[in-house]
Amino acid sequence: MMREFWHYFRNGLLGENPVLKLMIGLCSVLAVSVRVENCLGMGAAVIFVLTCSSLVISLIRNFVPNEVRIPIFIVVISTFTTIVDLVMKAYLPPLSKAMGIFIPLIVVNCIIMARAEAFASRKPPLLAVADALGMGVGYTLVITAIGVVRELFGYGEILSHPVFPRAYQGMMAMILPPGAFLLIGISIALLNWSLKKVKP
Amino acid sequence: MSTEILTLFKIIVSAAFVDNIILARYIGLCPYIGMSSSVANSIGMGMAVTFVMVLASIVTWVLWNFIFVPLGLEYLRIMVFILVIATLVQLVEILLKKNVPNLYRAMGIYLPLITTNCAILAVTFLGVDYGYTLLQVVVYSISVALGFTVALVLLAGIRERLRLARVPQFWQGYPIVFVATCLLAIAFLGFKGLVK
Repeated sequence: MMREFWHYFRNGLLGENPVLKLMIGLCSVLAVSVRVENCLGMGAAVIFVLTCSSLVISLIRNFVPNEVRIPIFIVVISTFTTIVDLVMKAYLPPLSKAMGIFIPLIVVNCIIMARAEAFASRKPPLLAVADALGMGVGYTLVITAIGVVRELFGYGEILSHPVFPRAYQGMMAMILPPGAFLLIGISIALLNWSLKKVKP
Repeated sequence: MSTEILTLFKIIVSAAFVDNIILARYIGLCPYIGMSSSVANSIGMGMAVTFVMVLASIVTWVLWNFIFVPLGLEYLRIMVFILVIATLVQLVEILLKKNVPNLYRAMGIYLPLITTNCAILAVTFLGVDYGYTLLQVVVYSISVALGFTVALVLLAGIRERLRLARVPQFWQGYPIVFVATCLLAIAFLGFKGLVK
């Protein structure tokens, strides 16, 4: 059981990374990754919603009629998204403001619906949690990696601490949309290259 | 009267071009990448998105201003809006299939994809957040959908050309699509500052 848990957890990190391999959940990755701080907040929010909804969906999978499963999944997911939205608004108002509309949009983040439909509704709770954690951490890794590059070159800072000398004038392109699109393209190409190298 | 028309015009330009929902706000990327493999597909998808986006923003605007705000139920917004959109898409699909089979054939297969399209949900949220009037919401949603369709068709055109290009091995597929999107986004940056 423990080995299976790790197997499904690792699956989301690289081999089936939701962002770079399955190409889902891209919107928030690009929009939020201007600052590392926002990336960590978004990652935590997605991990929470993904894990809780996968657990609940897996627990109720035997009682849900097949015809109405999608609306039921949506209700479960939107409940947890509302929780995250309200908690962030109450305790972390600056972070909530920085991420803006992308917190409520977690509800239509394809990662969560896809994992609910493809995995959690068919597997026992423990494995569903393993898969959700793996996918969530894989998502957080990618978004944070992109965030580090964008904040470093865009502002010359990491987590708002200056890294480059004061004379460094940020690269505007990294903060603006074109830089984000280019970076995600480069990361996918890099992942393709490294996976090919590992498995000849 | 003339200031009202000017406001509407500002909404159109900023929603369709300056704040293009895909290239400037990063919303709705999944259908953007998924449905842009041919120009014909992208036009069908654009039509379906326009249709649902306008309907959804009207319905959610009415619900929000006449039910939610008076009753103080704002915290239920996420759950209710997504359910409204899902129901609406189902209804539209059934009605079209029965009454307008031609239109259904043109955009029917795209409708189920739209339920979890973040662009639709985002537009309903934003329309409410900006405090628009009903007329402004309608204009806003049409222009956002127009911007979405323009970006989608442009990328589809580029991708049809890309099929003939020699792309380095690891850049084939999605990576080169993102590079093309990057260039499109640079082009759309030219609209920045057009509307204050």
